[in-house]
Amino acid sequence: MTSRIGERDAVISGIGQSEVGRRLGRTAMSLTVDACVDAVTDAGLTMGDIDGLASYPGGVMDGLTPGFGGPGTDAVQDALRLDLNWHGAGGEGPAQIGAVINAAIAVSAGLARHVLVYRTVWESTAQGSGRRQGIGGAGSGGGGGVPRVGGSLQYLLPFGAVSAANWLAMNAQRHFHTYGTTRETLGEIALNNRRNAGLNPKAIFRDPMTMDDYLGARMITTPLCLFDCDVPVDGSTAFVVSHREHASDVPGIAVGINAVGTALHGRPSWDQRPDMEGSPLAAAADAMWGRTELTCADVDTAQLYDGFSIITLMAIEALGFCAVGEAKDYLADGRRISLEGELPLNTAGGQLSAGRLHGFGLLHEACVQLRGQAGERQVQGEPEVAVVANGGGPIAGTMLVTRGAA
Amino acid sequence: MEDILPARVLPKLDPQNRRFWTSGEDGRLRIERCTRCGTWIHPPTGTCFACHSSSVEPTAVSGRGTVYSFTINHQPWFGDIGPYCVVLVDLEEGSDAEPLRITSNLVGTAPDDVRIGMGVEVFFIECDDVWLPQFREVR
Repeated sequence: MTSRIGERDAVISGIGQSEVGRRLGRTAMSLTVDACVDAVTDAGLTMGDIDGLASYPGGVMDGLTPGFGGPGTDAVQDALRLDLNWHGAGGEGPAQIGAVINAAIAVSAGLARHVLVYRTVWESTAQGSGRRQGIGGAGSGGGGGVPRVGGSLQYLLPFGAVSAANWLAMNAQRHFHTYGTTRETLGEIALNNRRNAGLNPKAIFRDPMTMDDYLGARMITTPLCLFDCDVPVDGSTAFVVSHREHASDVPGIAVGINAVGTALHGRPSWDQRPDMEGSPLAAAADAMWGRTELTCADVDTAQLYDGFSIITLMAIEALGFCAVGEAKDYLADGRRISLEGELPLNTAGGQLSAGRLHGFGLLHEACVQLRGQAGERQVQGEPEVAVVANGGGPIAGTMLVTRGAA
Repeated sequence: MEDILPARVLPKLDPQNRRFWTSGEDGRLRIERCTRCGTWIHPPTGTCFACHSSSVEPTAVSGRGTVYSFTINHQPWFGDIGPYCVVLVDLEEGSDAEPLRITSNLVGTAPDDVRIGMGVEVFFIECDDVWLPQFREVR
């Protein structure tokens, strides 16, 4: 094992979240400030204590799809009048929770003591009442001639592959082809998340769903149907990442960061990975398990990215809960991943049913569960270890968090 | 051939990508290749990932390959135009370990008949200053 596990110097001392909903009609900044104030208060701190600031993806990526980016760290620093010793944001790195990992690194390096980390999405209001839009203005109906695109997206968007739904559908098609995975396998993830959403007052879609409902849903891009895709919302999630010396001052329960996985092997690409049945999370997961004594058997709940159901399926395999290709059996009848099962999954409803808080909602729920604050959807028996995975397609990041400092 | 899509986002041409996106003008697909070690490189980067040479050159390929994966899109991103097929084609010049793959469209095959492993060949459609590669089934 690696000799020094620097992320264990850090704890998640506070968590916060704004209201979450469809077309709230509020500004991204007002949602962000609500989440930040909530997290700082929860940590038993004031804004004057905050000396670090991090986010994903920062203010530069809002052009990708409307409402994707959220406010940048400079705007938030100014809105909260923070004095910072360390700050940074970016859309590259080990997925969305890479921002939280950066905060832990800054704390471990002694560059900051209390880092505020946030992720704000505003896609529901920004995309208006129309249907979900493609990336790069595809289908937005705006004037101004043919939209042009550079970078890696130029090799996808011109072919009508204008959404991550299209790109990930081709991972799913490979998985189906190679391993005999079926739509019912993906359906178990959608049904599980919907069941859990029914117990989460903040979730967007709470009505019960049956496998017939799932199989009968409108196809988006084969083999992915409407219920394989997450639901755009407005909302902001924030954390305070503090040095572990602060853990005893936290009013509630500090969440320890036991190990993180930041590795990225192979081509960082939606379409160029030789083996598209597998996930880029595999390398990150191997790295994470190499930094801890804990194993899959110790995990009490998993909060795995579900921008699309196939990402979650591949994450279950990449993390080693079953071998690659075995998700069909592992997920059969949904019992293992249910609240009462051996691996309660996406217990707040995930992005599929609770809303697309873009990775941060999953880490938030991991903390809520470890702190024993999940109400009706609380995993029984005082969960002590949760695994969180973010990303999909070209990138991934993962984190093992614990009840109390590691 | 008439385009299957009523509108497309197009690549922004620059010195690095121009020759890939305009290669189809003479009906040939060209992929960047290292003139020193023979490695194929896609997307084009102007440099060889194997030997780090900058001596690379768009080089004609056969235009034949097999369907690695595909999806039939039903979401009306462009209005209600009906389903269309997005396809990943592994060109025959690549290998399993280092596939030479491009994303494209499969044209002229009914959605229910598309299969992984199907043999396909390239053709081009002209869109503004770009010649977009498209594929059809080899029958």
